[in-house]
Amino acid sequence: MAKGVWIVAEQREGAFRKISFELASTARKLADELGDEVCAVLVGSGVEGIAGELGKYGVDKVYVADDAIFEPYTTDAHAAAVAKIVKEKDPAILLLGASAQGKDLSSRLVGKLATGMATDCTDLRLDGGKLVAFRPMYAGKCFGEIMISSFPQMASLRPNVFSAVENAKAGAVEKFDAGIDAGQLKTKVLEVQKETSGKVDLTEANLIVSGGRGMQGPDGYSVLEELAGVLGATVGASRAAVDAGWRPQTDQVGQTGKVVSPNLYVACGISGAIQHLAGMSSSKVIVAINKDSEAPIFSKADYGIVDDLFKVVPELAKECKKLLG
Amino acid sequence: MNIIACVKQVPDTETLIKVKTDGSGIEEGGIKWVMNPYDEFGVEEALRLKEKNGGEVTIVTLGPARAMESIRTALAMGADKGIHIDDASLNNGDAYTTAAALAAAIKTVPYDLIFCGQRAIDDDSGQVGSILAELLDLPQVTLVTKVEVAGSSVKAMRAIEGAQLVIESPLPCVLTAQKGLNEPRYASLPGIMKAKKKPVDIKDAAALGVTASDKAKVVKFVPPPARPPGKIIAGDDPTAKAAQLAKLLREEAKVL
Ligand SMILES: Cc1cc2nc3c(=O)[nH]c(=O)nc-3n(C[C@H](O)[C@H](O)[C@H](O)COP(=O)(O)OP(=O)(O)OC[C@H]3O[C@@H](n4cnc5c(N)ncnc54)[C@H](O)[C@@H]3O)c2cc1C
Ligand SMILES: Nc1ncnc2c1ncn2[C@@H]1O[C@H](COP(=O)(O)O)[C@@H](O)[C@H]1O
Repeated sequence: MAKGVWIVAEQREGAFRKISFELASTARKLADELGDEVCAVLVGSGVEGIAGELGKYGVDKVYVADDAIFEPYTTDAHAAAVAKIVKEKDPAILLLGASAQGKDLSSRLVGKLATGMATDCTDLRLDGGKLVAFRPMYAGKCFGEIMISSFPQMASLRPNVFSAVENAKAGAVEKFDAGIDAGQLKTKVLEVQKETSGKVDLTEANLIVSGGRGMQGPDGYSVLEELAGVLGATVGASRAAVDAGWRPQTDQVGQTGKVVSPNLYVACGISGAIQHLAGMSSSKVIVAINKDSEAPIFSKADYGIVDDLFKVVPELAKECKKLLG
Repeated sequence: MNIIACVKQVPDTETLIKVKTDGSGIEEGGIKWVMNPYDEFGVEEALRLKEKNGGEVTIVTLGPARAMESIRTALAMGADKGIHIDDASLNNGDAYTTAAALAAAIKTVPYDLIFCGQRAIDDDSGQVGSILAELLDLPQVTLVTKVEVAGSSVKAMRAIEGAQLVIESPLPCVLTAQKGLNEPRYASLPGIMKAKKKPVDIKDAAALGVTASDKAKVVKFVPPPARPPGKIIAGDDPTAKAAQLAKLLREEAKVL
């Protein structure tokens, strides 16, 4: 009988991604309701030392596969390792992050474990001991409640939506042998080109300042960069700005860009096309600055200013600087 | 080089989605159906590789009769033939069912490379490409923004948070297309004429030996949670409005 709430923790270069703690806390809540254990799987190279940190967020036990073969991440190696321990221990629920890596890994695991998964969930609950996942569909134009009838019941969680709460448990560490030989791995990472800006990725950012065609050109973004600097925010863009070549593709928010859910999303010179709204409407607080009072973005905004952004944004930066002192 | 491009027909991105009052699904009346935008990138890349290396591009689609339009669109862009899996028992199935059906169909043709979209913009599930790869026992590279084929291997650029990876995989493999990969072409008028005569093989569940698995089921559709109406900060002076916004964000919304 499948038992236990499991997570796959995500780390990069020996440091946990924030989503790992969000996963642990969410799993803890479900497990408490079920009277069950929370276990984590941690796969990487030189990661045994950090495994215990997961205990702080409610993990009872961490299964660690620590081997040079797991760095950098490849689907082949990580999916094989997680599938092995999951098949052996038979958890009831398995949660991963809906990050680029988490989506890649979780969907491959759905294949390996022949089970069902709800992707990019924004809420989870239990109904008669079974997992019910709540998730946006059609780019957030509607939501679906998903029930998984096979085990493990899998869900990937949208980053930044579930809170990470400290709730110390044992966090006991147990190593396992994933039994992978290098010969069976087919893909190879030839190069890792890191973005040197050092900015927090949009999908993980708490604060986002975003600009669209209203920025009038690449130079217009300097006012947003300045505000972002004051707030510690990440700068995003609409597709119009990306397609015009003003900002890189990685900055695009929306249906064919990134789906973000920061605490604060400031949309400047963005009209609020349905495809843009799809990417940011799960933000907690939305601010719109646009000179057109009829722009659809105002229908989603918690706060709006109808004015020229080039007059408002620099002042906003100044005011925020004063407040944050 | 024989390339498969999986294509799903989805509601156009402009479509307003209305949930049926009983929550059993969405209202399909009035929807404009189009090829999933991420699948357009896959089709385009497949065509470019064919133009360079020769071979054939096969479009594989699972969906009701209307999905044939998307196959014809891909054929009009330049693909050579199609497989249409048309069986009511498989429509709106879970990702595993869809992948199993696609895998069964793909096994009937020779292939060196398979493209899927990174996700379909209706269910937004982003699972089918990887499950398909697993069922065909192939390596995968997801979220690709650049593809280079050399001999029997492919080098793909993969975009993740804060980094670009270059990943090498032997062929055959499954690649899932991300925006940035290319600019899909439009179908030309002669292309559209030619597409009408290109072969499309129609298959049902029995022919493929697959059954719907129902491992993950949408038990209820609901409209998005309503947002409370927002505040427009009144006034003529941008400086005063900016000051008030900063104050509201700090004191009322508590996000600063
Ligand atoms: C298949 C498909 C997928 C798409 N995916 C995406 C996506 O992922 N993300 C996305 O963003 N879009 C996407 N789009 C495009 C989308 O439809 C819109 O075209 C786009 O979002 C518009 O960008 P924008 O708001 O910056 O530009 P516009 O719609 O041109 O709006 C510019 C706004 O700036 C305001 N403005 C101008 N000057 C000033 C000023 N000085 N001060 C204040 N306000 C000013 C104007 O009033 C206007 O509201 C997609 C479209 C399609 C067909
Ligand atoms: N019904 C379908 N027919 C053909 N291809 C599909 C179908 N469903 C999904 N796919 C492919 O799998 C990708 C990811 O879909 P999904 O996992 O549903 O988000 C799509 O972009 C398509 O390439």
